[in-house]
Amino acid sequence: MLQIDNLQATVADKPILKGLSLTINPGEIHAIMGPNGAGKSTLGYTLGGRPGYDVTGGSVSFDGRDLLELEPHERAAAGLFLGFQYPVEIPGVSFVQFLREAANAQRKGRGQEPLSGGEFLKLAREKAGLLRMDMDMLKRPVNVGFSGGEKKRAEMVQMGILDPKLAILDETDSGLDIDALRICGEGINAIMRKPDKAVLLITHYQRLLDYVKPDFVHVLAGGRIIRTGGPELALQLENEGYEAVVA
Amino acid sequence: MTTLALPTRRDEGFRYSDVDALAGVWPVTREDITVAAGTSGSLEVVAIDGGTVARHLLITLDAGATFDLRVLNAGPSFGRIEVDVILGEGADFTLGAAQLATGAETVEIVTEVMHAAPDATSKQIIRTVLAGHSTGTYLGRIAVARGADGTDAEQSVRAMLLDRTATANARPELEIYADDVKAAHGCAVGELDAQGLFYLMSRGLTPPQAKRLMLQAFIAEAFAGAPGEEALSEAALSRLEAIL
Repeated sequence: MLQIDNLQATVADKPILKGLSLTINPGEIHAIMGPNGAGKSTLGYTLGGRPGYDVTGGSVSFDGRDLLELEPHERAAAGLFLGFQYPVEIPGVSFVQFLREAANAQRKGRGQEPLSGGEFLKLAREKAGLLRMDMDMLKRPVNVGFSGGEKKRAEMVQMGILDPKLAILDETDSGLDIDALRICGEGINAIMRKPDKAVLLITHYQRLLDYVKPDFVHVLAGGRIIRTGGPELALQLENEGYEAVVA
Repeated sequence: MTTLALPTRRDEGFRYSDVDALAGVWPVTREDITVAAGTSGSLEVVAIDGGTVARHLLITLDAGATFDLRVLNAGPSFGRIEVDVILGEGADFTLGAAQLATGAETVEIVTEVMHAAPDATSKQIIRTVLAGHSTGTYLGRIAVARGADGTDAEQSVRAMLLDRTATANARPELEIYADDVKAAHGCAVGELDAQGLFYLMSRGLTPPQAKRLMLQAFIAEAFAGAPGEEALSEAALSRLEAIL
């Protein structure tokens, strides 16, 4: 589904990703762990196409297409979802309006009919329920006045509505209390653990992986993946620290 | 009253005007509106076609009168809306205005609100969106006369530049001769938040859709609470879509 080959990227002319390779197949859940400054968020933003994150080498293919050739909205329509570590507040624009436009923009990009207001609300209610989020919250301006945990749950609701093939979730677990962590974890499983979907979890900690069991765990350090293993690698990192494992 | 001599850009109130375009419609006849004591009035000035538009209003509010003025200056190659207001005791004036321009268009709103007597309130909200090489201006003077205590005057002026080649001018001005006065003004010129745009696009919105969504709320502030809020917002939105 996703094939990253020797990816190199810079932010403000500073090399951050220095030859990262990773293959993700349908049905797989991958976790990328690593110390601060390893390039984890840069990987997410680079794959999402954020301006200012410049690819200087390597290639990324997504479902057989050159991902790097696509604009951010085209990547979304192709089935990529980026869960933000810090979801952005947009005053004056309600979630419902924004998500309906987003869902229909993606459908249009794929040559599908738009969802009617009723169809959309039904879908939104279902996904909000999955994340135990009140529909009234989705009538509020995007992320404005939301707590850290509510923002992350709202990200998962968006993921549920947009129904991507591949979700890259950047520190979805940061800022969550224990209950919210479990709810988000269960949401990720319900939405994404399917034979035709895949997830790339970017995280510092092992705790989210208690709920979302990864098939592969990678250690990112110095802009490259330096080690790959199964779920036991995350436990080893938790116990021994990055320094011991990276060394 | 009509001034016959064509202004030049040395005249403060015309500093950013397209005086060549103005020459074609000069002299501009002032439109006088008087609202009797204790009554209320409202007006929409909607300039959405091309060409030159120059209007000059003088609104006089007698004691306790209220007036709601909304302006949509979005379409003229040169659009100038000049508004003078004289507030009697306890009168209340609201101006909500949106200006949208692209290409080489010049749009401007020039106001002078005179709090001539005590306890009058005025509120001005100006939202300007500029693309291409357009110029958008707000010159707003608030004058509080001697003895006009209890005045409450507010100006909120914001402009958004969609291209670095566009120009926004904003000059809120206060001239106060009374002691007990509340005068708040906020003034900001900015660009769309790049982070917000990327967030919206990462969800599948095209760049124009993402910009429209972010600007829609910005413009809507000018028409909030207006009698014709919905129609004004719709007209502004259709112009917005054209300039994105």
